[in-house]
Amino acid sequence: MREKLIYGLGIIAAILLARDLYSIFMVLPDEASQGMIYRIIFFHVPAAITAMLCASFTFVTSALYLVTKNLKFDGISVAVTEVGLAFLAANLVTGSIWGRIIWGIWWTWDARLTSALVCWLLYAGYLMLRRAIEEPTARARISAVFNIFAFADVPIVIFSIKWWRTQHPQPVFWGGGSIDPAMYLTAVLNLVALILLAVVLSLIRLRQEEMQREIDSLRRYAHAV
Amino acid sequence: MTAVAAEGVWKFYGDYPALRDVELHAEPGACLALIGRNGAGKTTLLRIIGGFSKAGRGQVRIFGNDPRETETRRRVGWIGHGISVYDELSALENLSLFGRLYNLPDPHKSAMEWLERTGLERVKDGLVREFSRGMRQRLAVARAFLHQPSVLLLDEPFTALDDRAIAVLQRLLREALAEGRTVVMSTHQLREALELATHVALLNRGKVAFHGERTPQMAADPGWVYAHYDEA
Amino acid sequence: MDFIRQTLVIARKDLRAELRTKEALNASLAFALVILVLFSFAFDPSEKETVDMSGGLLWIVFAFAGTLVLNRSFAREVPNDCLDALIAAPISGSALFLGKALANFALVISVELVSLPIFGIFYNVHWTGQLWSLLLVLALGTWGLTVIGTIFSALTVNIRLRELMAPLLVYPMLIPVLMSAMQLTMQLIAGKPLGGENEVWLRLLVAFDVIFTALSLVLLETVLVG
Repeated sequence: MREKLIYGLGIIAAILLARDLYSIFMVLPDEASQGMIYRIIFFHVPAAITAMLCASFTFVTSALYLVTKNLKFDGISVAVTEVGLAFLAANLVTGSIWGRIIWGIWWTWDARLTSALVCWLLYAGYLMLRRAIEEPTARARISAVFNIFAFADVPIVIFSIKWWRTQHPQPVFWGGGSIDPAMYLTAVLNLVALILLAVVLSLIRLRQEEMQREIDSLRRYAHAV
Repeated sequence: MTAVAAEGVWKFYGDYPALRDVELHAEPGACLALIGRNGAGKTTLLRIIGGFSKAGRGQVRIFGNDPRETETRRRVGWIGHGISVYDELSALENLSLFGRLYNLPDPHKSAMEWLERTGLERVKDGLVREFSRGMRQRLAVARAFLHQPSVLLLDEPFTALDDRAIAVLQRLLREALAEGRTVVMSTHQLREALELATHVALLNRGKVAFHGERTPQMAADPGWVYAHYDEA
Repeated sequence: MDFIRQTLVIARKDLRAELRTKEALNASLAFALVILVLFSFAFDPSEKETVDMSGGLLWIVFAFAGTLVLNRSFAREVPNDCLDALIAAPISGSALFLGKALANFALVISVELVSLPIFGIFYNVHWTGQLWSLLLVLALGTWGLTVIGTIFSALTVNIRLRELMAPLLVYPMLIPVLMSAMQLTMQLIAGKPLGGENEVWLRLLVAFDVIFTALSLVLLETVLVG
């Protein structure tokens, strides 16, 4: 059943991505001041939004684990966090590339990039913490609490860094500037595609996590005998 | 009211069941010896009873209540593998500290009393890190008994005790049992444990293989229970 | 009130144990001094630059030196299995957390109060201009540092490579606190009073302190027992 879900969603995501790539490269015109490179925004922004959705999702599943003690929620938490971390990394890399082309520098400590980097460090900490704990139940509990702390810190991090620096261009989609409806549509569709991709990757990772748990318990059985 | 009751307790490490459907109980005044091989689950079960971890399924009840409740914790004394006293503090400071944590009416007086009962009154101001092994263990015993717990949980208490400490512990346990307190202890030291035990429970790979009264035969031949009930 | 009494019992115990050996305290102070000296080699600041740098430098010193003390918080309960005795005792998780946090706060802030005059002397900076405001910022920032350090000490108490993991996890979490404290400290030393455009940072500090104190009080029991 889950296999079918993975394939199904994967195919939809692939179709959307193909349509968007066609649209992005073939159909939409160059942007007025930025030229060719602006097209990266169709991935840069949705990647950030997807990452944020992943973080919110794992906050809920971490809390659910602590309440129910069901390891299924722990599996979901780690799978979705890893996927979210990958998307956030994609956001950072695309942002860096864009900055190199437009501003001539690979990195700048502006509010958005810095916040993204700090959030990335926070959730990378989650994965590091998990690696340091061998026993599955303790690992689930400790990392769930950490996840809650990290998520509570995210808005504070974003706020504080925003007050501190601003060099980032004003938001393209929510800044009040006008935007071509075709571009807006492509962006939204790409967001959907990326979210579907995130779901597919999470499901695959989740399956791996469950198999790992099964192997762990078989190993313990073997040692006990 | 049953002093200690484990009802359908399961404990999982990941998906692996370290305890499987454990049912046992101890009435007030009973001394339950929990025996079994290494890895059978004795420490795991004892720590759940003591409130250090939670059962995956089922429940543990101490006088009908959850072990984590504050009032229940007040009535339980614990001796684990470590001595659970602070190296940087003196014997008296340690016991006074625990006296205050347990809300005793006169922590200092109780501390002095238990230092005497464990033969440590002459070193009351010595720092624990300077104590010999036997003295440290006697202090651990004093700490556990300090607040007059109704239930005593001991995890392999006779391991690594010197003769004097064993004698002190056995004396205190006998007095406690005579006062109607309950003792649950896990042990490898069958002889010392079976001398005091009124009941025996054998754990094998997380399951209760035997649970019943201690018979004279068991005391005479400590290996008897293993021989008859332990699977290979 | 039981809660307050038990909190103070724990706080006193931690302080007494630490003051008897002074291991963490001495290491922390030494570390603070070393960083202060090293930085003076790394940069050769003019007077104006030093004032601009002051906030950043001071709070880097406080964060790193403070972590040495904060990591010990629950680590000191590991030898002899003392943590078991605390878990078994009829004391609420909140009281245990608050007691340790209070003791930690006292230790860290004393290191800071010693570092400040030394900073003033080494870098030739006049920092007593707005003393009370500075002390307020010191207290709020240090409490944020303390709360996160203490709860993460509990989180990592039983894991591999504890000494390595705890700082790695703590520093990203502390970025908002350090940022606010650095800004405010720099402004105060430069002579600007609290309030006005500074207020935003002050409010951030308070919000951080409140949110994470609340979370820690509630979650410590879960962290230690489940």
